[in-house]
Amino acid sequence: MKKEETHISSYTSHAIVLIVLLFLTAISVLVTGWHFGPFSVAVALIIASIKVRTVITHFMHMKFESLFMKLMVTGVFVLFALVIIITFIDYYLR
Amino acid sequence: MNMSIQENHNDHIDSETGKLGMWIFLFTELFLFGGLFLVYAVFRAKYSEDFHSAARELNAFIGTMNTVFLLVSSMTVAMAITAIQKNQKKLAMFLVSVTLLLAALFMMNKFFEWSHKFEFKLYPGSEVLKNLPRGELLFFGLYFMMTGLHALHVLIGMILLSINFIKIKAGKVNQAHYLLLENSGLYWHLVDLIWIFLFPLLYLIT
Repeated sequence: MKKEETHISSYTSHAIVLIVLLFLTAISVLVTGWHFGPFSVAVALIIASIKVRTVITHFMHMKFESLFMKLMVTGVFVLFALVIIITFIDYYLR
Repeated sequence: MNMSIQENHNDHIDSETGKLGMWIFLFTELFLFGGLFLVYAVFRAKYSEDFHSAARELNAFIGTMNTVFLLVSSMTVAMAITAIQKNQKKLAMFLVSVTLLLAALFMMNKFFEWSHKFEFKLYPGSEVLKNLPRGELLFFGLYFMMTGLHALHVLIGMILLSINFIKIKAGKVNQAHYLLLENSGLYWHLVDLIWIFLFPLLYLIT
């Protein structure tokens, strides 16, 4: 088995990720303040998903994990999305 | 010499499996909150007017402030791991305590927010809440359940971080063995992830 080097994230990269996250939060607050109805709901949820992805890839170090871990985490999120979609199909077609 | 290589190798495997176990636990947490998100989504679709007016009762400013606290604390805990990997013990301890401070600020905000609701007799099972339109009742029920469960996770995270602080100080969590800090960090990030979704759903979309 080959020896894997542990990747050490730099302080600067963590700080940049934080700035991106704060920026996205600001956009999300501003956009929902305009009251676009269903549109702002969609924007808020899309921004939240981008933020979650950023936290998982950088802060939770998923970028440097094995392919197995990446597939597993992606799989669980896909499963969760399917649960929501199937529930709504059931709910609207009742 | 061979002995130490063998030990290092085992440590590496242990840390991989340890992290894998933590992730599997986090998946169960995701579905715990996921169930509540699903209930929220369905009721929101059914009672959208009531959800709109009830969400207006929430203070978006406090919500935004708490979002910032959690995002910054997520960064400090990630930096604490970098510090321990670089063998900067003092800095790691400092960063863990900043994380704890931010978590305490979050809880303090939550306390004021909830007490404010209680002053207006808005709490689960109150007469005022029972007389609200059905959708608003559901919104507040979900609000208290979701933020309450989340706050419980913040508290557990704070306990985990305090244990880490003590162990880093004692040298038990160090450059060679920091799985506990890594897994506590993952848990803390999960707390942040849940809040990233709770915040727009409860506070912003009015």
